[in-house]
Amino acid sequence: MAADAILEVSELVKRYPRSPVNAVDGVSFTVAPGEVFGLLGPNGAGKTTTVGVLTTRVRPSGGAARIGGVDVVVDPVLARRQLAVVPQRSNLDRSLSIRDNLIFHAAYHGVPARERERRADEVLDQFGLLDRAGTKPDFFSGGQSQRVMIARALMHAPKVLFLDEPTTGLDPAARLFVWDRLRELQADGVTLLLTTHDMDEAGALADRVGIMDHGKLLALDTPDALMRSLQDETTLELSAEGRADAAAVDALAALPGVARVERVQAVANGAGPPAGAPGQPGAPPPPAADDGRFRVRLYLAGDAPQLVAPAAAILHEHGLVLGDVKFGSPTLEDVFIHLTGRTLRG
Amino acid sequence: MTAVAAPAGVGRATQRRAFFAVLYRDVYVTYRELPAFLAQVILQPLFMLFVFGKVLRSLGYTQHGYTDLLFPGLVALTSVLTAMQTLAFPLVAEFGWTREIEDRLLAPMPTSFVALEKVVFAMLRSFTAALVMIPVGILILGSIPWRWAGLPLFIAGLVFGALVGAALGLLMGTLVQPSRINLLFSLVFTPLLFTGCSQYPWPSLSSLRWFQVITACNPMTYVSELMRAALVPEVPHIRPWVCFAVLVPAVTVLLTLGLRGFFRRAID
Repeated sequence: MAADAILEVSELVKRYPRSPVNAVDGVSFTVAPGEVFGLLGPNGAGKTTTVGVLTTRVRPSGGAARIGGVDVVVDPVLARRQLAVVPQRSNLDRSLSIRDNLIFHAAYHGVPARERERRADEVLDQFGLLDRAGTKPDFFSGGQSQRVMIARALMHAPKVLFLDEPTTGLDPAARLFVWDRLRELQADGVTLLLTTHDMDEAGALADRVGIMDHGKLLALDTPDALMRSLQDETTLELSAEGRADAAAVDALAALPGVARVERVQAVANGAGPPAGAPGQPGAPPPPAADDGRFRVRLYLAGDAPQLVAPAAAILHEHGLVLGDVKFGSPTLEDVFIHLTGRTLRG
Repeated sequence: MTAVAAPAGVGRATQRRAFFAVLYRDVYVTYRELPAFLAQVILQPLFMLFVFGKVLRSLGYTQHGYTDLLFPGLVALTSVLTAMQTLAFPLVAEFGWTREIEDRLLAPMPTSFVALEKVVFAMLRSFTAALVMIPVGILILGSIPWRWAGLPLFIAGLVFGALVGAALGLLMGTLVQPSRINLLFSLVFTPLLFTGCSQYPWPSLSSLRWFQVITACNPMTYVSELMRAALVPEVPHIRPWVCFAVLVPAVTVLLTLGLRGFFRRAID
């Protein structure tokens, strides 16, 4: 049995008034102390509503949610004491300087005066904000606001930190900065629950990932285990000079270890996941203009590299010259597509 | 997985500390923006006193003694409108686009405390603004009607004025969508301003019966009349017990509706 759960969600249901469907539809999961838990899914999947219930801002229609053993509906005040929230959009106090934002937050949570001053300086330094401590958040960029909000959340040393889409809209440098800070928190034993529609973020940070869509939790496991579940989604893409040849496709399909073969349109350079994830093959690339080359994607049950030589030989037999080879291993996005038949951004 | 043992409940002291920390935040911000606050609370009544009490009188358009019945009415007006403005506008913004209130809603205290803090703070600003009227009145008019015997009624007027304004502000702040904030001015503030009997005593409206009925529906009317009972009892006014009999249920209903609106916005 794993360690005691710090978050417990059981059969959680939320239906908003005048809505025909449940925003959250029977979701259950637990999170262990110190764990980084990712809720992955497209916008409207029910992630934010689930977090809203856990953070006492949304009243559930059914089921239960506990944080540190405290039922969030029965004792929301005690639940609030143990958590902090970093929302997607800035909700910093615009009338206060950055430093005062931190200090007043700590005061709301009962941190003694001297302690909150000390902590504020410490956290501001850690987040590289000391030189801007006296400015108001009005003109802060998204990345800077995000930093301040994470810093603010740490002021009362919460047991669980909730982050809603923590790096959406941030530039790559800001995003890496946030990731680094979150890893530090993880090392310090803070439990993190982050929602994201970014598979890289979930894969990079989370110990376990729950995949949500239409209010339901479709899968829940470590990123590796989720991707291993899609073994036959390992792909080998071949591109060759020469005329299209149906016989070649049939011959490739007959190779041992090949589950099926698909003719594909030209693979545009850089196709796959969006910026920030170079080199990670993802969803089927969007079709580009056909340039007369022969292109196929082999879906494999086994290892891809050992198939390259036999495949090249078959192409050669059919008068085709192998030009380009691409290996694809399943990503969390593939897992999502497999589960829902849609892309995350769709 | 078994759940960790729940920690002991949040004590009253912690909740009280959170409440006062949020109140201190509001006072701190006001103190930092003191000139803006003073301008907001002084300018409007100052101009009203100047035009109605000084200019019109010098030109001979108002009778002698008009300033005496105007002053208590303007104290009532200032008290109600200051409380209302203090609460309504920031609340519309905080729930609408700045979302600043979220950090306070997550403080370890009941959600109702966050709303009550807003009411208490609005009342504090209302008291300050109403009291500032005394030196401003002396400055503009030369002298103001004052009666120490009327002090208890004057204080009651201040408290009810602040409560009526704060409760209205809470209701408007949670009811009005950010895109409609202009409507607050045209549909709420202006009618309140002119139907609250601050510029005329209510009994004198008997010759204008329909308007008298309308003004009787504005809770500010009873605050104005209380102030007149306190400072210029010789001017015909609604009797204080009638004012209390109207104001107590009016404040109760408005506060209840305001709190309900607040909960609706704070928790989905």
